[in-house]
Amino acid sequence: MLIKSIFGGKSEMTVGSAKKCPVVLMTRIRLARNLSETPFPGWAKTPQRTQILEKCLPAVASLSQMKRGITAEVEELSDLEKQILVERHLISRELSGSPEKAGVVISKDQSVSVMINEEDHLRIQVIKSGYRFKQAWNSVNGVDSALEDELDYAFSSQIGFLTACPTNVGTGMRASAMMHLPALIISNQMEKVVRAVNQLGIAVRGLFGEGSDASGSIFQISNQTTLGESEEEIIKRLSSVLKTIIDQEMNAREKILEKDPNKLFDKIGRAYGILQNSHLLSSSECMNLASLVRFGVDLEMFPEATRNTVDRMFIECQPGHIQYHAGKSIDTDERDAYRSEYLRKQFENVDKPVFSIHTDESDEESENAESSENDKE
Amino acid sequence: MGKPLKCDLCDASATVHLTQIINNQIHKIDLCESCAEEKGITDPNGYSLADLLVKPEEETEELSLSLDAAEECPECGYTQKDFKKTGRLGCEHCYNTFGPLLSPALAGMHKGDSHKGKVPERAVERKTFEDRLIALEKDLKQAIQQEHYEEAARYRDEILELKKALEAEELA
Repeated sequence: MLIKSIFGGKSEMTVGSAKKCPVVLMTRIRLARNLSETPFPGWAKTPQRTQILEKCLPAVASLSQMKRGITAEVEELSDLEKQILVERHLISRELSGSPEKAGVVISKDQSVSVMINEEDHLRIQVIKSGYRFKQAWNSVNGVDSALEDELDYAFSSQIGFLTACPTNVGTGMRASAMMHLPALIISNQMEKVVRAVNQLGIAVRGLFGEGSDASGSIFQISNQTTLGESEEEIIKRLSSVLKTIIDQEMNAREKILEKDPNKLFDKIGRAYGILQNSHLLSSSECMNLASLVRFGVDLEMFPEATRNTVDRMFIECQPGHIQYHAGKSIDTDERDAYRSEYLRKQFENVDKPVFSIHTDESDEESENAESSENDKE
Repeated sequence: MGKPLKCDLCDASATVHLTQIINNQIHKIDLCESCAEEKGITDPNGYSLADLLVKPEEETEELSLSLDAAEECPECGYTQKDFKKTGRLGCEHCYNTFGPLLSPALAGMHKGDSHKGKVPERAVERKTFEDRLIALEKDLKQAIQQEHYEEAARYRDEILELKKALEAEELA
């Protein structure tokens, strides 16, 4: 039931839009909120967790933003459903492993999701494709204000929204961007970037958060501090760091093209060949190949439409999704076979890459993303 | 490192040395073998310096100054030990309960120590209400103590009215 509606509807994550941009795959903002006069979920006893869930679930589900969305208690979900929601960034791993009385509400377009009884009573999250902090903030702020009309939040005028972990106190906000940084990886500069960025109070994680690897050259970059600055200030500071990283990535790309274009063309050409012809593919290999093809799209070696296919692959090559598409439970080897078959189909009609460095800025279809080509300089 | 260290609890020579860092401050303790055993310090990971030293009978002035946060949250029963183990708090009131322990840490992990962001209207409104209630109840108590009964009656009425308003707000 749930899975059908997840795959049936259009999703912010997997449906292409004109807002796509070269480096930032998606923007995400989450707010941590708690009810007043109720212990935090980690310390609440079962009856209290039940009360929290019974209070929050209907309040969230009845928001106008959640019209015709999905409402579920975690206990009702199958393991596969939970895995798919994690792979789509709609619930956290922590929530999917939650012992009891936890829930989630997801909007129809899958851009808004609210987790209940995760680390905090409420985790409100908005995902936007591309680089769109302003829209993400407006959206999440709207959901938060609407919820505040229904629920009493734990708040202190001195230190702001009170959260289970003191690292989230204040705004309770974590803003993050998923960045595709293949050139920084190829030229071995990522470690340097991570170190510099960490010193500015900005965290760098893998695609699936804490402890996940960097396959696909995708990184989640987010603010680490939540107290002492307003939401706008935090986003502004984060954005300026992201801009610098985009510049670094673009410089690294130019350098690679200048110094050794054949090496890069070879990588991209091989990736294309493997995606069209392989018969066994692990998810991390798949991520790396898709990453190279996306790099190729940025260099206009592949048509723009391919970007959407690739972005979809980043999610759909994950184990849970493969399992779902296979229609039955399959083991790792079978999954690798199934995955390669699925990808052969996806890339069957993608034209051969054009190996020439594109220089003139001809007919860009729409360039209204916040960051973009202009930063290349 | 010149002279042999003495046990912090008795005068025997110390052979067990423990260093912990709490809120960026280094706390050191030296114990003799028998005291160490008595305190159950076999596994340094399973034990916290504060827990040992903050016990009433051993409490010294210096230590009670640096660790004068309550042991346990009166609202939810969460303890300092729980917090040190998980890094998370039990309820919103823990922020007050463990304030002396938390405040320096908060400033260290964030850009500042006061909230500059969004303010939820309802929570603030309720807080103003509650603060007013607390003040009135205090006044009422004082008035009764001083036998100013007319005043007390006025406070009582005001409290009742406020409570009614609060309830109406909650039902709305």
